[in-house]
Amino acid sequence: MAGADAPAILLEGLTKRYGAETVVCDVTLRVAPGEFLTLLGPSGSGKTTTLSMLAGFVTPDAGRVMLGGRDVTSAPPRARGLGMVFQNYAIFPHLDVFENVAFPLRVKRVAQPEVTRRVMEALELVKLTGFERRYGRQLSGGQQQRVALARAVVAQPNVVLMDEPLGALDKNLRYHMQVEIKEIQRRLGMTVVYVTHDQEEALTMSDRIAIMDRGRVVQQGPPREVYERPESAFVGRFLGEANLLPARSDAQGGHTKGRAMILDRPALAEHGELGPAGGFLFVRPEKISLHVGAAGDGPNALTGRILHASFLGNVVRYGVDVGAAEPLLCDEANASGFTGFAPGDAVVASWQPAHCRLLPG
Amino acid sequence: MPLSRMGVLLLLLPALLLMALVFLGPIAWFIGGALAELGGPAEIWEEAAAVLGSRAIIATIVTTNWIAFLVTCLTLLVGYPVAYALSRAKGLTFTVILVCILLPYFTSVIVRTYAWMVLLGRNGLINQALLGLGIIDEPLQLMYNRAGVLIGMSYVLLPYMVLTLYSAMKAVDPRLLEAAEGMGASPLAVFVKVFLPLTLQGVVAGALIVFILGLGFFITPALMGGPRDIMIAMLIEREIELMLNWPVAALMTLVLLAVTLALYAVYHRISERTPGFAL
Repeated sequence: MAGADAPAILLEGLTKRYGAETVVCDVTLRVAPGEFLTLLGPSGSGKTTTLSMLAGFVTPDAGRVMLGGRDVTSAPPRARGLGMVFQNYAIFPHLDVFENVAFPLRVKRVAQPEVTRRVMEALELVKLTGFERRYGRQLSGGQQQRVALARAVVAQPNVVLMDEPLGALDKNLRYHMQVEIKEIQRRLGMTVVYVTHDQEEALTMSDRIAIMDRGRVVQQGPPREVYERPESAFVGRFLGEANLLPARSDAQGGHTKGRAMILDRPALAEHGELGPAGGFLFVRPEKISLHVGAAGDGPNALTGRILHASFLGNVVRYGVDVGAAEPLLCDEANASGFTGFAPGDAVVASWQPAHCRLLPG
Repeated sequence: MPLSRMGVLLLLLPALLLMALVFLGPIAWFIGGALAELGGPAEIWEEAAAVLGSRAIIATIVTTNWIAFLVTCLTLLVGYPVAYALSRAKGLTFTVILVCILLPYFTSVIVRTYAWMVLLGRNGLINQALLGLGIIDEPLQLMYNRAGVLIGMSYVLLPYMVLTLYSAMKAVDPRLLEAAEGMGASPLAVFVKVFLPLTLQGVVAGALIVFILGLGFFITPALMGGPRDIMIAMLIEREIELMLNWPVAALMTLVLLAVTLALYAVYHRISERTPGFAL
């Protein structure tokens, strides 16, 4: 029997090859009961294949899938007892909303009064009471999404898998649904594995994010951690805007930890290390401050000229030509008293050693 | 770019002209001319009552419908699995199945019917094989009876059923089946609760096409049937060729046409009214 501390889901060394191509390579993930884990990555990174192996639609070439301490690697999808929300919603067109939501109960031959009670509960949960007799094509995208959600939770599964469930919705509705899914997950205490390529969605919803690139999990951790402390240029770039300045180790200071040269200027970073062949200094646009004046000799200050300014509402994003291949992106909060800069202005861009990282190249 | 009504009409014009010239025109001319021979409306009505009251003709109409119905069932039974295999097949397998279905489709009905006669005859291949294997002691009567008619007609009409079902099955989103499986449905439940309902429209369409075509069959029952397998098209032909009784032939043609159009109307209504039916 599984112990009380058994993870809800355990993926061990999961690998899938299609011909010569390895689409998922040695993925190991542990999801605690009640946790919201997001698999985040660009298309083709293997996140959907990983989810399919977890669901049982795809058989792994190597590795194990454990659910609640039970090895289900070779069990068919129907034996895994998972709730699922599919990318295209997969609403059955020949069934009305009630029967769509009832489907997981019907195949389990649950008695009618129980079916009615649970379906009505699930519809109430997703705020679709009164829509029982409608058909999928009579519903808006957001309503179809809710039907899919109700159907995923109606049988009270311990684990719910969601494959880009909000991909087809417009931005406003997406945000609404993110909040609602989170709320339902918290209320029912479900374990959720969520697949998306939208980094904002991942940051908003997840307890933990596993970032995938070319079939591998390259980093995992809580949203704030992966956002602020990326371990590779890929993660830094994928999660939001990032400046990656080519850096080499500081010749004078030897290989002293945290010291580097960028654009022939000294730089100091509290975290990270360069590789043997150098690497990058990573700093988010919102951590850089711009001011007028001279740079001085201190670390982490670059002189440059404003190339362009984009007004984004709450912030203004500047591109600053500091002599690097790409303009340095700097966000200035549009707070009270903010006057801003104009293209052509000479500025100094600086940041704290605590707010930047050295990354291997 | 959406077409204007005028544009749509122009595109349809050649087809409409062809239909009018080679189908509607001749039918109207034949029926109108034949009925005019009888005299006024009163005489036509009287003759119609006599034709529809005739036991022989009623029996033929019943036989025709019954044979068409049995053929529909047979083609559905054989065609559904074939269409399913076709909808799942890829590459070479797909091509092989499709060619097997389409090749006879492009062969003349007469040639195909004679081919079956070679197979099913008293000294045909099937009887010889069964006799040779010792399964039967005497040749089976596979032709000049109802069995022959059903085998021959089902074979000729099978492609219509398979292709209609195939297009319905191809339209089923495979992700729906995967979703059903993920929600705990066994393969049988996936079929009964999802696949079959979603292909039901194809079943109805295929059944109606086969039934309607079956109603008008002539060559196969004429060549492979017995004296108890007279279908309405054979009766019409006999009235024209042997009896030279065009008015009766015209009345029976009208009956056949009316049944066909009524069936089409039924199909149209079902597909329009049932929610979730016309996808």
